[in-house]
Amino acid sequence: MVETALCEQDVWAALAGVPDPEIPDVSLVDLGVIKSVAVDGARVVVEFTPTFMGCPALERMRLELAQAIEMIGGAPEIRVLLDDSWSTDRITPQGREKLRAAGFAPPAPRPVGKLQLVQLQHGFRCPYCGSTDTRLDNIFGPTQCRSIRYCNACRQPFEQFKTI
Amino acid sequence: MSERTDRLLQIADDELFLGWRDSEWTGIAPFLEEDVAFSSIAQNEIGHARALYELAAAELGTTADELAFDRRPDEYRCAPLVQLRRLEWARTIARRWLYETADEIRLDALKRSVDPEIAGIAAKMDREEAYHRMHAEMWVDRLLATKEGSTRLDEAVDELWPYALGVLDDELRPELRRRVEERLGRTLSEVEAVPRTLHEAELAELWKEMTVVRRSEPAGSQW
Repeated sequence: MVETALCEQDVWAALAGVPDPEIPDVSLVDLGVIKSVAVDGARVVVEFTPTFMGCPALERMRLELAQAIEMIGGAPEIRVLLDDSWSTDRITPQGREKLRAAGFAPPAPRPVGKLQLVQLQHGFRCPYCGSTDTRLDNIFGPTQCRSIRYCNACRQPFEQFKTI
Repeated sequence: MSERTDRLLQIADDELFLGWRDSEWTGIAPFLEEDVAFSSIAQNEIGHARALYELAAAELGTTADELAFDRRPDEYRCAPLVQLRRLEWARTIARRWLYETADEIRLDALKRSVDPEIAGIAAKMDREEAYHRMHAEMWVDRLLATKEGSTRLDEAVDELWPYALGVLDDELRPELRRRVEERLGRTLSEVEAVPRTLHEAELAELWKEMTVVRRSEPAGSQW
């Protein structure tokens, strides 16, 4: 049986269909956790740069990336990077839009120096009504990646993706 | 065991035990926001432990789980500060704040390491720890704002100070003293650091609880 050789675009397209396990509105490609894809015949090497280190979805992400590659006939090797290469700045513009549409305020860009509490206090836009009259209720939320904010204008609590 | 692995295990053990101790507030913290905060911080610290154990495991030819759960209590290298059992609230906050202050100093040093794996993991941890520091600092502000709060924080810091010094190597301790004294606006006493070689009775107790499920299954079970 002759198989059509895989190319990198095929792999990226397949991975773009893998939803984030916790926020399925965004894909793992939107989240920016795929650092590189290399194809050699059927062998596909993906560098996976995890989000938060304590995120319980990491194993599931790795498994689903591998399955997506197998589905297009590739032999996956998922390399998990333990370095500093992922940050919320890697979330794509489409990913940010999808987060907003799903009711999550996307993360602010990373500051140049160390992140300070004061930078989280003001100026964040409510994903429901668009007001910036919002306040930080809790730095910590239901998962590692989110904080809880409250919109004073439409009186809705909402989740804010943390900047890291 | 190399010095590098020994160092990785020290930090991993600190993060695992503190994460475990923090998680003891899940469900019983004074209010809901703190319940969420402590649970999230705990999960995060244990995630850091896992990543550090993985690096050490690669060198030792073992796994992160085996390092976390299959050692004897006397083989752990965590600082006694993180071994202490769940403390009352002022001491819990003082421990978190002292630990995070020490941890920032340690991570800043590790980020400058010539070992790219160590520098990389330290930089990634540091960005997540920033949120733990904000949480702790917020509490210090809150406690310092009232007479009762500052008295209780002072008492707790004085009690835990020798333990906090024990988190860091000798050369990093003066910086911890400088930061803590500056924040509290007072001088702390000259004391001996409680060394990592000391194992509080609480460690063995926590170890039993932490490993009970794993020990109940025959070796080699898949989790």
